[in-house]
Amino acid sequence: MALDVMIVDDSAAIRKILHRVLVQAEVPLGQVHEACDGKDALEKLKSAKVGLILSDINMPNMDGIELLNRLKADENFKSVPIVMVTTEGSQAKVLQALELGAAGYVRKPFTAEQIQEKLAGII
Amino acid sequence: MSGTVSPEDIVAAVTQATEDVFSTMLNLPLEKLEPQTATSEPPGSDGVVALVGIGGSWTGSGRIGCNKQTACKLAGALLMSSYPEVDEEVLDAMAEVANMIIGNVKTNFESQLGPLGLSVPTVVFGRNYHTRSAGVQNWMVIPFRTGEDHIEIRFCLMPSQTSQSRIERLRPQIAA
Repeated sequence: MALDVMIVDDSAAIRKILHRVLVQAEVPLGQVHEACDGKDALEKLKSAKVGLILSDINMPNMDGIELLNRLKADENFKSVPIVMVTTEGSQAKVLQALELGAAGYVRKPFTAEQIQEKLAGII
Repeated sequence: MSGTVSPEDIVAAVTQATEDVFSTMLNLPLEKLEPQTATSEPPGSDGVVALVGIGGSWTGSGRIGCNKQTACKLAGALLMSSYPEVDEEVLDAMAEVANMIIGNVKTNFESQLGPLGLSVPTVVFGRNYHTRSAGVQNWMVIPFRTGEDHIEIRFCLMPSQTSQSRIERLRPQIAA
């Protein structure tokens, strides 16, 4: 069954790279939705059903922690795995994300293999 | 949490972060050239510069600069595309390269200095432009060569005025 994914990052470059990595990972990929921040993601998730979310943490308007918080409090999304892919490496932020229910954490810069290994344990 | 940051610490952290980004995301060779300190802003520049600010108990700024041809090559390596001219994707790629390098330098220093914040990157592209960071007196300038191309990373970090004035206010109590 095809997996619909949402990539949330304020950098179009990172969205493009993650999209490419997902294709290379040979996951049965369905639609790939993109959002430029947490607010944009919430808006697009009103009409898009996804089985995986890859999200940055540091973004304008709404950061990845707030997005995670809101999605985990929403019955429709609380079971959707959310992997944080971010430059943010502070222990406090990483722990906060994991405590809020993030399925994993990958630090930028990353290799395609690191993303694929993380996803293999989740999907 | 308090600490100090030496020029050597900055050079080591910037070098490590830059090598990580070049080896994992860009797959480009990288050679560190001789670092130096600078007490003034760079003269009028041409090309692309990406700036990221650091905030918290310490404040600072990191900037990555190169000519437009090098920016196109870095973007091409990051996005596996070809860019004959600087466009939106090249500027976005330069912003992300700066974000990753300066973000990892910030993370490196957090163990010594406590939590620090990172600004959204700003990218400037043009000819004969001048940039200025208010209050910055000393930059560490770390040049690199990648193939035939050069990039320059400038970084500064200093105690924020707020935390500095708090220390001054508490100094009599500490002395007592």
